Amino acid sequence: MSIFIDENICNGCKGLPEARCERICPGDLCYRKENMKATIRDQSACWTCACCVKECPVQAIELRLPFQVCSGGSSLKARLKRDKTIWTIWDAEGHQEEFIIQARYLKGD
Amino acid sequence: MSISHIDTDILIIGGGAAGCFAAVEIYKKSPTCNVVVMEKAHIERSGCLAMGLNAINAYLHAGQTPDSYVAYVERQFEGIIRKDLVYSIVQGLNKAVKDVEDMGLPIEKNEDGTYKMRGKRSIRIFGERLKPILAEAVQKTSALVLNRVVATNFIYDGDRVRGAFGYGVKNSTFYVIRAKAVIVATGGASGIYKPNNTGEARHLIWYCPWNVGTGYAMGIRIGAEMTSFENRFVALRVKDVNAPTGTIAIGARAKQINARTEDYLELYYKHLGGNKCLTQHRVLATIEEKKMGRGPCYLDTTTLNESDERRLKEDFLNMNPQIILLWASKGMNPRHKPVEIQGTEPFIVGGHCQAGYWIDKERRTTIPGLYAAGEVAGGAPKKYVSGSWVEGRIAVTTAMEDIKDVTLKDIDTEVIQGEKARALAPLTKKTGISPQEVRERLQKIMDEYAGGISMNYALHEERLLEARRLLKCLRDRIKDMTAVNNYNLVEALECIDRIDVARVLVEHLIYRKESRWACYQTRLDYPEKDNCRWLTFVNSLYDSTTDEIKMVERPLCS
Ligand SMILES: Cc1cc2nc3c(=O)[nH]c(=O)nc-3n(C[C@H](O)[C@H](O)[C@H](O)COP(=O)(O)OP(=O)(O)OC[C@H]3O[C@@H](n4cnc5c(N)ncnc54)[C@H](O)[C@@H]3O)c2cc1C
Ligand code: SF4
Ligand code: SF4
Repeated sequence: MSIFIDENICNGCKGLPEARCERICPGDLCYRKENMKATIRDQSACWTCACCVKECPVQAIELRLPFQVCSGGSSLKARLKRDKTIWTIWDAEGHQEEFIIQARYLKGD
Repeated sequence: MSISHIDTDILIIGGGAAGCFAAVEIYKKSPTCNVVVMEKAHIERSGCLAMGLNAINAYLHAGQTPDSYVAYVERQFEGIIRKDLVYSIVQGLNKAVKDVEDMGLPIEKNEDGTYKMRGKRSIRIFGERLKPILAEAVQKTSALVLNRVVATNFIYDGDRVRGAFGYGVKNSTFYVIRAKAVIVATGGASGIYKPNNTGEARHLIWYCPWNVGTGYAMGIRIGAEMTSFENRFVALRVKDVNAPTGTIAIGARAKQINARTEDYLELYYKHLGGNKCLTQHRVLATIEEKKMGRGPCYLDTTTLNESDERRLKEDFLNMNPQIILLWASKGMNPRHKPVEIQGTEPFIVGGHCQAGYWIDKERRTTIPGLYAAGEVAGGAPKKYVSGSWVEGRIAVTTAMEDIKDVTLKDIDTEVIQGEKARALAPLTKKTGISPQEVRERLQKIMDEYAGGISMNYALHEERLLEARRLLKCLRDRIKDMTAVNNYNLVEALECIDRIDVARVLVEHLIYRKESRWACYQTRLDYPEKDNCRWLTFVNSLYDSTTDEIKMVERPLCS
C-alpha cells in the first residue's frame, strides 16, 4: 500500500465537480466512489509522490510504503499553508516528528 | 465520442518544466500570441517536478564560466556532447533561475544576496511547490491549458508538422489541434526496462512513471532524426525507494562505503579518479563491489550530527518524501545507519544523459514546424531543470520567429478518422491482451536482452539481436491489445510508445561497437573505448513505409 485514505475523514470534496486528490494525482489514480469517498484505482501504479496527501483539505490521506519494501509501519501527512508546508511523520513505534518548511515567497517578501 | 477542433499559433505538448516555462515566455514576448498547452496530467503537479525539487543542479556560480561548464560536461560524457547546445544552455541558466525565483521559488542565499553553493554547479532551493509556482505563472497568461489530454501523434503532412492529436481522458474527447508551430516537451522515458521493485512497489522508481517517451515515439513515427539513445541513464539511488543520492553525497558530504566500511572509490577505483570519478563510474564501482562480494554499498551518513540530519530530511521532504518513510520505519535516524544504495533500471532521458531529438542550436528538430525542449531534446546532457527552462525559452524564440509567414492548413477527414481509430482501437476490443501483459513482456525482453538490472547493464551483439527480433514480434501483437476504460487506454498507448522507443534504442545499442559510458553503454563484445572510430554521434531515422530504422553518424561540432 502506498497511500491510505481514511474514509472516516474523507468528506468527498463535496460541492466540487472533481475531488482535489483526483484532480492532482499525476497518474490519474484517485477517484471518488459512488459513496463519494475517495479511493485509488491501482496501488501498484502509485509513485508515492504525496501530491494527493498535500492536496487533501482534511488530511484524509496518508503516505505509506508498500509492504514489499518496508515491513515496519510508518506514515506521513502534510498540510499546505500559503507559504509553507507542514509535515508530520510517524515511525513504526508511533513516535512523531514534525517539519515546517518554507515553500514559496509571498509577494512583498 | 466527440471531436474537438482547436486552432492556435503555438502548441506546447507537455506542461512540465520546459513546457510551462515556454508558455510563460511566449506571453512575455507577445501577449496576443495564441498558445495551447496539452498536458497528460494536470500542470499543477505533473512530470518530474510533481514531488518538488531541493536543488537546481545546473547553475553558474561566480568563478565558473560557460567554457568551464561546457568542459565539465564534455569530460563527464567522455568527449561526446553537442558543445553548441550545451553552450547555449549555460548562457541562459542564471537568468532562467532568477525568473523562476521571481515567480515565487525560495532559494537559499548568502548574506550578500548571492545564492549559496550546494556543490560546484548546484544551488539549494525550497522547491516543494516548484510545479504549482510554474503552473500559477502559466495561469496568469492567456494560454489555453488542456489538462488530462494525452498527445497521441503529430499531424504531419510530409512537409511540416501542422499540429497534434490528443485524447481527453476525463471527457472522452478526441482533440485535433492545428498549430503553426509545435513545441514538444514531454520529458524522457521510464518503464522500458524492468524496474528494481515489482508487484505493488513497481512504481517506486526514480524517474516519473508517466513520462513514457511518447514525445520521442511521436517523432520517431514521422521520421524525425533521433540521437544518442544508446547513452542510457542508470541512476545511483537509495535502495528500494530510489531517491536521488546527490542530496546525501553533495548536500551532506557522505562518502560511498562498501559492506566492510571501506571507502571503495578511493581504495579500488583510483584508476577511475577515486572520489572524483565520473557519475557513471560511481554506479559501475557499486556494481563491481557487489560482484566482488563486498556489497551492499552505502552512503555513509553516520558522520552527520543532529542538525545535519534534520536538514537532510528537510531536503528530501522537498523532493522525495518516500525516503523519510523508509527511515521512519527503521527508527528515523540515518545518522545511526548508513543509507544503502543501488543502480536503477536504465532510463532514456535527455536531461541527465542525451537521448532525444536531433536539434539545431535554435531547437528546431529535423521536421519543419517541430521544436524540442527539455528532456526530450538530445545532445546536451546535464541540463537538468534549469537547462530545460532555457531550452523552453530558446525554442519559443525560434518558433515565434519562424511562424510569421505560416498559415494553418486543412486536415483531411480521413487522416483524423485514421488517427482516432488507431488511438482508440484498444477500447473497441472485448478480448485480447492487457496493457499490463504487454508492459511486463517488454520490460522482461529489455531487462534480459538489452542490458537491464539483471544483466548488470552489460550488452552484447547476440542478445541485442534477439531483443530486436522479440521487439518486432511484440510490436506485431499490439493490434490485440484491449482496454476496458480510458485509464486503461492510456496504459495501452503508453505500451505502444515504449515499444517504438525500445526498438530505436536497441538499434543504437547494436550500432555503437565500443564501450563508452560505463553501465550506460557497456558492450561485453567491445570492451574498450575506441576514440579513433567512435567520437561521433549515433543517430537514427525510422521509415514507416518500410518499417526500418536507418542509422546515420553525425560528427562532433565545436
Ligand atoms: C525524482 C527527480 C528528481 C530530480 N531532481 C532534480 C534536482 O534536484 N535538480 C535538478 O536540476 N533537476 C532534477 N531533476 C531533473 C528535472 O526534474 C528534469 O530535468 C526536468 O523536469 C525536465 O523537464 P521536462 O519539461 O523535459 O520534463 P517534465 O518536467 O517531466 O515535463 C514533461 C511533461 O510532459 C507531460 N507529458 C508526458 N507525456 C505526455 C503526453 N503524451 N501528452 C501530454 N503531456 C505529456 C508530463 O505529464 C509532464 O508534465 C529530477 C528529476 C526527477 C525525476
Ligand atoms: S501519492 Fe502521488 S501517485 Fe500516489 S495516488 Fe497520491 S498523487 Fe497519485
Ligand atoms: S481530497 Fe481528501 S476529502 Fe477530497 S475526496 Fe480526496 S481524500 Fe476525500
